[in-house]
Amino acid sequence: MSEIVEILASASLWIAMVRIASPLIFATLGELICERAGVLNLGIEGIMVAGAFSGWLAAYAGMGLWPAVAVACLTGMGFGLLHAGLTVLFGLSQHVVGIGITLLATSSSYFAYRVALPEVASPPKIEAFQNWPVPVLSQITLIGPAFFDQTPMTYLAFGLAGLVSWLLARTPLGLALRAVGENPAAVDAQGLSVAWLRSGAVIAGSGLMAMGGAFLTLSAFNSFFFGMVNGRGWICIALVVFGAWRPGKALAGALLFAGFDALQIRLQQTTLGADLPYQIFLMLPYLLSILALVLSSRRASVPAALMRPFRKGER
Amino acid sequence: MSRASTVALRLSNITKRFGPVLANDRVSLEVAQGEVLALLGENGAGKTTLMNIVFGHYTADEGRIEVFGAPLPFGQPRSALARGLGMVHQHFTLAENMTVLDNLLLGTRPLFALRSGRAAGRKRVLSLAEEYGLRIDPDMPVAALSVGERQRVEILKALYREARILILDEPTAVLTPQEAEGLFATLRRAVKRGLSIIFISHKLNEVMAIADRVVVLRQGRVAGALAISQTNPAELAAMMVGNDVPVPVVQKTREGDVALRLRDVETSGQRPDLRGLSLELVAGRITGLAGVSGNGQAALAALIAGLAVPCSGRIEIAGREIRDWSPAAAIAQGIARIPEDRHHAGTIGDFTLTENAVLERIREPRFSRSGWIDWHAARAHARTLIAGYDIRCPGPDARIRLLSGGNMQKLILGRVLEEAPAVILANQPVRGLDIGALRFVQEKLLAARRRGAAILLISEDLEEIMALSDVIHVISKGRLSPGFARGTMRSTDLGLWMAGRGFDDAA
Repeated sequence: MSEIVEILASASLWIAMVRIASPLIFATLGELICERAGVLNLGIEGIMVAGAFSGWLAAYAGMGLWPAVAVACLTGMGFGLLHAGLTVLFGLSQHVVGIGITLLATSSSYFAYRVALPEVASPPKIEAFQNWPVPVLSQITLIGPAFFDQTPMTYLAFGLAGLVSWLLARTPLGLALRAVGENPAAVDAQGLSVAWLRSGAVIAGSGLMAMGGAFLTLSAFNSFFFGMVNGRGWICIALVVFGAWRPGKALAGALLFAGFDALQIRLQQTTLGADLPYQIFLMLPYLLSILALVLSSRRASVPAALMRPFRKGER
Repeated sequence: MSRASTVALRLSNITKRFGPVLANDRVSLEVAQGEVLALLGENGAGKTTLMNIVFGHYTADEGRIEVFGAPLPFGQPRSALARGLGMVHQHFTLAENMTVLDNLLLGTRPLFALRSGRAAGRKRVLSLAEEYGLRIDPDMPVAALSVGERQRVEILKALYREARILILDEPTAVLTPQEAEGLFATLRRAVKRGLSIIFISHKLNEVMAIADRVVVLRQGRVAGALAISQTNPAELAAMMVGNDVPVPVVQKTREGDVALRLRDVETSGQRPDLRGLSLELVAGRITGLAGVSGNGQAALAALIAGLAVPCSGRIEIAGREIRDWSPAAAIAQGIARIPEDRHHAGTIGDFTLTENAVLERIREPRFSRSGWIDWHAARAHARTLIAGYDIRCPGPDARIRLLSGGNMQKLILGRVLEEAPAVILANQPVRGLDIGALRFVQEKLLAARRRGAAILLISEDLEEIMALSDVIHVISKGRLSPGFARGTMRSTDLGLWMAGRGFDDAA
C-alpha cells in the first residue's frame, strides 16, 4: 500500500500523465469536431500514423520543428479532404470510408518510410522539442512539473482544447457546426451549406489528428517506427464518447486515461507486480476506461445526425 | 388594401418533372404585398413542390421567379432568404437538442465572426415575439416544446430574418383548433405590417377564413385563381378534385359475431397504460374510438396489432382465447392495420411500391416459393393495388418515399383491404389527407364494413368519428367509456367524457 502512495506522490507519475495525454488531446479534439458536425471519422488511427510519419520526415529532412508540425497537419488535412469527399459529397458509408482511410494512410506511411530509408536497422533520431518550463508556475509542487514543465506542443494541446471549446460554444461558426450535426436540414433551410460545413469540420479535425500523431515523433519518441500509434486513435474515439462530445470533458477523459496508463507502468515495478502477470497491469487503463465510459455515457447526448449523410431535397 | 398593387412574388410558367411525373406544369401565380394567398390542392397536386422551387430546395426545369420585380435564381435557398422569403416547412427544420435562440441565430451572422451576438439576438427575438404574439422562451431546448410552439419558432425564424414573404406549408395540420386560432391571429398581424403570406392547405374552411385570394392546383396545373369573396367552399372543393364531392352515405348493415374481444386487459410500459379495458369489435360494425391524443390510443393500437402483450386480461378472437400474441399472430388471425404513422410504421421509404405492397405477406406461397421471392407475382399484386386504389405514382418500381401522403395511404389501404381481413385497425386513417383521398379512404372503410369486417376507427377528429361510427367509445387516461350507439350522443357530451368526466362517476 505504501508503495502506491509513494507512486502517487511522485512528480514523475503526473509528468508522464500529461505527456501521455497530449497526443490524445489533439486527436480527440479532431475527432470531436468531426462528430459534432455529424461525421464519424474512423480514419483517425491512420491519419495519426501519417501525421507522425510526415512530421518526422520533414524534421529529418532538415525543416524546423514547427514547420514539421505544419507539414503533419497539412498531410492530415489531405486525408480529411479525401474522407470528406467520399462521405459528405458522395454520402458513402462513414464506417467503410474511415477504415479504408486508416488502412491507406497507415500503409502508405510505412511504404514511404521504407522507400525513403531502405537500409536503416534502427530508426534514425531527430532533434525533438525540448521542455519549456514556465517561470514561477513550474515551481509548484507536483502540478508545476506536470503541467508547466512540458514541451510547447503540450501547451498547444491544452490551448487548442480551450479554443475548440470557445469556438463551439460562442461563435456563429460553432453554432453552425453543432447544428449541422444535429439536423442538417435546419442548416440548409437557413441558407448555409451543409457540404461546406461538414467538409470543413472533417478537414480541420483530420489536421488535428495528424498533429496528435506528430506529437509522438516530434515531442515524445524522437523517431518514427512501425506500430508507434498503437491504437491511440481508437482510444480517442472512445474519449469523445466519454467526454459526451464536449471538449472540456474530453480533455479530462484524456488525462484520466493517461493517468491510469502512467500508473500501471509504475505498478508493475512494485511488489504487487512481482506476483501478478504484467498483462494485468497493461489491461488496467482500458478496463477502467470502459468502466468510466459505461458510467458516463448513459446521459450523453449524441449529435442527432451523427453518421447520417445529408441528401438535399429528400424527404 | 391600397398596397395590394405591389407584386411581392410572381411565378411564371414553372415546370418541374420528377422522372416521368410532372409535378408542376406551367404554373403561374402572383402574390401582392399585404395579401394572404391560399394555395389549395389535394395531396400530390404539386403545392409543396412549387414552394420548394421558390425557396430553392428544388430547381425548376422551366419558368421564372420574380421577387419584388427582380428575378430570383433557382436552387439557392441563401438568395431566397436574402431576398425576404421565409418558409415554414410542414416537417420542421429545427435542431431539437439546441435552444430556441440557437435555432433562430443559426446562419444569421457571418460564420467567422468572433462573437455570437446572442445578447442582441435575444432582445430582438423577444421584441418580435411580443410584436406578433408568438409567446416563446428563447432558452428552452426545442425538444421540450410542443408542436405548436415549434411552429412559432419556425415563424420567428422567418421574421427574425426580416422575411417579407412568408410561405406556410400545411401549417394547421399539426395544430389543435386553439393553436390554429393563435396562428391565424399572428398571420393577421403580419399582414397588417405589410407581409405577404402564401398559405398552403387543403382545408377549405381555413382557406375561407384566412385568405384574400386562392389559387387551386390540380395535378400540377393551376385549376383556378379566385378572390375569396367571390367563391365558396363547394366551388373550391369541386375545383380541387375535379368533380363534385360526395358525402359518405352510411347504410345500415347486418352486424355479425364478435370478431375480437378484449377482456379487462392491462398493459405495462406504455404511456399511459390501459387500465382494465374491455372492448368488443363486431363484424359489420365500425367502432369509433374518440379521445384526446395521448390517452392510451397508442397502447390500444399496439395491443391489437400484436406489438404489445397484455400483462393481465385476455384477448379473444372469434370466441377463442389467444395466448401467443405477436404481430405475426395478429396478421395470421386476420387483423389488418392501418398504422398511425404511415412514414415510419406503415411503409419503408426506400423500398419500392412492390416491396411495400407484399411486405407483410412475403412468406405466403403466392409471393414466395421455398424461400425465393416471386417478383413477377409481387409486381402484379402491386399493379392491382395501383389500379384498384387509384395510386398516382410512376409505377410499381418507384420508391415509396417519392409518393405524396395520400397516395402512400392508398397503398397501405389497398394492402390491407385486398386481404379481406376480419378485423381492421384504422388508426388516424385520414390524418393529413386532402378531400379526395379522405373520401376515398372513408368509402373504402364503409365498403369493408358492408363486407362484414369489424373495424376500429381511432381518430382525433370527432366529426369523423361521429359520421362513420356505429358505436363510439371514449378513451381517457387508459380507461374506456361504455359504448354509445350512433346518434345517442352529441359532440359536447362526448367532449365531457374526453375530459375524463364520466369515468369518475363510474368509479
